[in-house]
Amino acid sequence: MITAEPASGPIAETEPGRFREFRTNALWLWRYYTQFMRLAIITQFQYRAANYFYMIGMIAEPVVYLVVWSTIARTNGGSVGGFTPGTFAAYYIVWTLVRNINIVFTPFGWEQRIKDGELSGLLLQPIHPIHRDLAFFAGWKVIVIILWLPIAAALTLIFHPSLSPTVWQCVVFFLALWGAYLIRSMFLWALGLISLWTTRVSAIFQAYFMAELLLSGRLVPLTLMPKWARSLAGVLPFQSTFGFPITALTGPITDAQLWHGLLTQLWWIVVGGLIVKLMWRRGIRRFASVGG
Amino acid sequence: MIERPAVRVQSLRKAFDVPVRQPGLKASIGALFKRETREVVAVDELNFEVGAGEVVGFLGPNGAGKTTSLKMLAGLLHPTSGTAEVLGFTPWQRQPAYLRKMALIMGNRNQLQWDLPVLDSFELVRSIYRLPRQQFTDTRDEMIALLELGALVDKPVRNLSLGERMKAEIAGALLHLPAVLFLDEPTIGLDITMQKRIRTFVAEYNRKQGATVLLTSHYMADVQALCKRVIVIDHGTVLFDGGLQRLADEFGSTKTIVARLDVADGEKLDTYGRSATNRGDGTWSIQVTRSEVAEVTGRLLAEQAVVDLTIEDPPIEDVIERVFSRGSTPA
Repeated sequence: MITAEPASGPIAETEPGRFREFRTNALWLWRYYTQFMRLAIITQFQYRAANYFYMIGMIAEPVVYLVVWSTIARTNGGSVGGFTPGTFAAYYIVWTLVRNINIVFTPFGWEQRIKDGELSGLLLQPIHPIHRDLAFFAGWKVIVIILWLPIAAALTLIFHPSLSPTVWQCVVFFLALWGAYLIRSMFLWALGLISLWTTRVSAIFQAYFMAELLLSGRLVPLTLMPKWARSLAGVLPFQSTFGFPITALTGPITDAQLWHGLLTQLWWIVVGGLIVKLMWRRGIRRFASVGG
Repeated sequence: MIERPAVRVQSLRKAFDVPVRQPGLKASIGALFKRETREVVAVDELNFEVGAGEVVGFLGPNGAGKTTSLKMLAGLLHPTSGTAEVLGFTPWQRQPAYLRKMALIMGNRNQLQWDLPVLDSFELVRSIYRLPRQQFTDTRDEMIALLELGALVDKPVRNLSLGERMKAEIAGALLHLPAVLFLDEPTIGLDITMQKRIRTFVAEYNRKQGATVLLTSHYMADVQALCKRVIVIDHGTVLFDGGLQRLADEFGSTKTIVARLDVADGEKLDTYGRSATNRGDGTWSIQVTRSEVAEVTGRLLAEQAVVDLTIEDPPIEDVIERVFSRGSTPA
């Protein structure tokens, strides 16, 4: 049998210097992410049919919004709040991609994760469990994007979106998609961590999702919301997860607004990360590991 | 120089606050305003040490505090009070350097990727534990050979039987070659052959890696095959800590003399010891107290035509049961 390395082998421990240690850790994390994303892709390919039906089911929501708002626009002389049926179509077709990229580990999964003892297993590994979720769902996105393309093509043929983004908008949109993914991951992880304090937290989750639905641009573009709602949305993270990425591509939006949007996303990623860190540190002390 | 123990536990205590509520509507409404809890002490003033490379059986009835203790030592639970040190680390600080050196294997655990072939899960373990490619490949192949996993590793985990999955779980948990191994009922639910294979594997791992092993099991065959020393706990405290033989000596009040005679004579053997049972073919089992062993054996050899004679300890299950029922270490 092979003998373990004397120092049990972490590369970082054998190389002096903070920079080298940082570089080694970053490289290791990168390898972990790519490995886990690869496994997520393999896993989700096995469930491609289920994934497809799930996505088709999911487009019902934006299509309803789109039909309703297009009808309102037409009856309102061709536009409402600056949105025409074409720009509504662009908004809600991009919405379908943003929504899929926004799928992360839900707080409901936390209840199950604790009950089944899965969290105990994750705690035994020398890596923070959030990396597993981030890597897994990021890998899943590769499948999501592949499956989304024909859906987007079909929606485009049916609804004729008006969309003419600049290259810079496309770049920001790409960055904003992953920013939205990270923000939603952090906040839903933090929400899920409440499960470490109490076992019945579904009501809290529902309240969060309701606020997100109304104040993110998911239900309706925020520019169509009353002023007080827009002001409220401005100080909450939801807009950065739906409204901003969508508008970054569909416009109208200025370069300054694009930069502001990206920086706001960065702010919420940091805030979310700090909340997770704090809750994790406190919550894990309470963990009873009853599930295994 | 005194060697530092691999595991040191001092005054370890873990108490859980469990919500309690009386049945009925009134109590249910009352609980909305005042939540009552009861303290349940799972581990109470636990003290023991385990030397590097030792294999120790950690025994006790259900609810004795075995799994809670192991979970604290593995860093899953924070204790209410007390200290523990494993390989110089405080387990519940969960430092990555510590987590890379230990493994906790539980019989009901599934850490493998359910939808993927076992080999893919092993690859993930490699990236989690930062294992160099060559070391990983060599260890993996050796584990596969030792646990006879060859035909299984390319199957999705969901298609494996319980025993097959357990073998794969064990291999996956040991790919990083942990120096300390906590095994919680590793053979639960497995058939005899699979139990034996896992026992052999653990013994081999301990021998070749010099790993420290703390094992809980309700199967005494596991304990007898692997552990020279046992720690018996109940209600979270140590009732006995010592060698298996000493356990039998101190708590096994009787011994069994098995004698095969040239001529069977049941009438006469009834006068030996507390009771005698004819097993057939001239073989008799005679129950004697420990103090009677020498005298009865001497009489048997002098008075009977004995062809073969052995002196057996009582089954370890009986001894352990006696420890539980007595509830304290004998003076």
